[in-house]
Amino acid sequence: MAKKTIIPKKTPMSEQSAEERIHNYNEVPFGYTEEQAIGEAKRCLECAKPLCMAGCPVNINIPGFIKLVAEGDFRGAVNLIKETNALPAITGRVCPQETQCEGVCALCKKFEPVGVGRLERFVADWEAAQGALPVPPLPPATGKKVAVVGSGPAGLTVAADLARLGHHVTIFEALHEAGGVLVYGIPEFRLPKAIVKREVEYVCSLGVKLVKDFVVGNAATLDELMEEFDAIFLGTGAGLPWFLGIPGENLGGVYSANEYLTRSNLMKAYRFPEYDTPIARGQRVITIGGGNVAMDSARTALRLGAKESIIVYRRSRDEMPARAEEIHHAEQEGIIFNLLTTPVAFHGTNGRVGEVECLRNELGEPDASGRRRPVPIKDSNFRIATDIVVIAVGQSPSPLIPKTTPDLKVAKGGVVTVDEKTMKTSKKGVFAGGDVATGGATVILAMGQAKIASKAIDEYLKTGVW
Amino acid sequence: MYKILKKQVLSDLVTLMEVSAPQVTRKAQAGQFVIVRAYEESERIPLTIADFDRAAESVTLVIQQVGKSTMQMCQMNAGDEFATVAGPLGHPTEIENYGTVVCVGGGVGIAPVYPIARALKEAGNHVISIIGARNQSLLFWEDKMRAVSDELIVCTDDGSYKRKALVTEPLKEFLETRKEIRHIWAIGPAIMMKFVATTTKPYDAPTTVSLNTIMIDGTGMCGGCRVLTTDGAQFVCVDGPEFDAHKVDWDVMMQRMQFYREEEKLAVEQWKHQCQLAMVG
Repeated sequence: MAKKTIIPKKTPMSEQSAEERIHNYNEVPFGYTEEQAIGEAKRCLECAKPLCMAGCPVNINIPGFIKLVAEGDFRGAVNLIKETNALPAITGRVCPQETQCEGVCALCKKFEPVGVGRLERFVADWEAAQGALPVPPLPPATGKKVAVVGSGPAGLTVAADLARLGHHVTIFEALHEAGGVLVYGIPEFRLPKAIVKREVEYVCSLGVKLVKDFVVGNAATLDELMEEFDAIFLGTGAGLPWFLGIPGENLGGVYSANEYLTRSNLMKAYRFPEYDTPIARGQRVITIGGGNVAMDSARTALRLGAKESIIVYRRSRDEMPARAEEIHHAEQEGIIFNLLTTPVAFHGTNGRVGEVECLRNELGEPDASGRRRPVPIKDSNFRIATDIVVIAVGQSPSPLIPKTTPDLKVAKGGVVTVDEKTMKTSKKGVFAGGDVATGGATVILAMGQAKIASKAIDEYLKTGVW
Repeated sequence: MYKILKKQVLSDLVTLMEVSAPQVTRKAQAGQFVIVRAYEESERIPLTIADFDRAAESVTLVIQQVGKSTMQMCQMNAGDEFATVAGPLGHPTEIENYGTVVCVGGGVGIAPVYPIARALKEAGNHVISIIGARNQSLLFWEDKMRAVSDELIVCTDDGSYKRKALVTEPLKEFLETRKEIRHIWAIGPAIMMKFVATTTKPYDAPTTVSLNTIMIDGTGMCGGCRVLTTDGAQFVCVDGPEFDAHKVDWDVMMQRMQFYREEEKLAVEQWKHQCQLAMVG
């Protein structure tokens, strides 16, 4: 057989130009055409021992689905993905592929890896374009009832899995819209809300009941839910925003990223006054942090009309935890990166923020996270004028449920303690997964834990053994 | 959806709504609040629970027109539905038998102070209540407050009804003459609560206020409602809504509450304009 000629680079996805897209909220990349997808799929080496699968937190049969794409069998490809990942249109867009499947692709030694994320996204979008999904045949009802708390990626995954096994599932969502971080956190231009809506509708089509505006912990405690349900899955995410604890942080115009993004995404403040929720618009916006949430905030600021959107991050570019594509898109859009910089105070007049006072850092020895630690340079203080500040330095699980559930064991930082093999918590009948159990990670990791939990919940419902 | 079961106009600016919200009433207690959204495009705003009826599965909300969202709500009628009523949120009031207590309600704050006064009365306290408003037309629930109070002082800023005074004046007199007062609750406009705090401080009289800052989710997720206290930044939604009045930095809080003044004005103007067009059309 003739040796395969390899195209060195990934087939590019066409996208909105940076100049154009900073003035709208539409998604940045357009996705592959069928020809592009087939072309990209043919770059796969079909390794005998595929590393990509092991690199995937939910072990998608990546070589399998790529082969089907190469053959033009898109239906087959999407069905294969969905055996292990219920939300491919979402993960295809938000997974950090460069540290997972694509990061270990055999092509990486010499070339760019196969665009696994792009192909995943393509087949999911292809399926959506074929019309509403048929409801798969469901087994007879088991009579067992499960409460899923939170409708983010983990909750949706568990709900879908258990419904397909014949259990009766009710999702409790605190907000007025289902999707969790997918609707309040990740912006429209990165993950169109129509996609989230479609996935939620699919989960509901499996017979899952969705109860919105229901704050578990307040409207009902876990013990009260246990009177009605046989098991509970906690997928409440990491909703408690961190602040810096520095002077001036309570000035007007200083937002947590959670607030800034929730106003813009969930409440649609970018369409104010058509939608009633306002959001401050400024000529200059400073976002503090270097993760995906920081990139989302800084890019949102541009779309809200900022002339300058500046990222202030205490380490250097190499240590930034954001997805490579997000940093790349942010740079294309003209976001200014002020690296090795730590804010120490906010200053303002009449209760509104006007300046951020910062210190310059140099990189020291690696810290516990393995990244080189920022060391402030003495007396290097300087100020940057600004209209708005967005603090995107992390978040932790909400204490609402643990506070009303004394027998639910919680570790440092409010993270619910789980057995990683089953996602069982310290409380009988209660499982947890996603950010509430990790403290804050990725959508795909949340879904991976949700898969483990689904299996264990099903087992528990059948045997009653804890 | 949450159906409005009953509407009652209490004053020129204040309207009462009884709303069907079974998931709220099951656990609602005095001092807690709900997040309400009138329509799909509306803001989420916090409203203190003024009363609840577990049998009828309804909560009573007393709404003062201050911006577009509350104006729209007050225009809705029995039979209409709110898009969201989520709760009960925040900590309930710590009700016990303190002895003699004072409940101060200013303007729309009379509504949320009512269930607290009632619960304190039921717990065996001697309840002194002081209610006030800018003028007579903004005053309401005098009879309801009288029914749950051992003593009641009614005042108006302009003297159009009963005593001409700010609520802090009779409060100061009580603190001077009634050494048995153990605790004070005060709910009303931020400026009133600030002055209640400065009035009671020299007497070291424990004073609890219920704050109503700008919120989105109401569950501790956005931090927009935060206030600066002597214990550091606190979230009104999950750490409150009740706080020790002497610990709150009132100026920081009031500045934060003013942050969207321009946007609020714009929203009201546009909305009124649309209403006029609709009437002409």
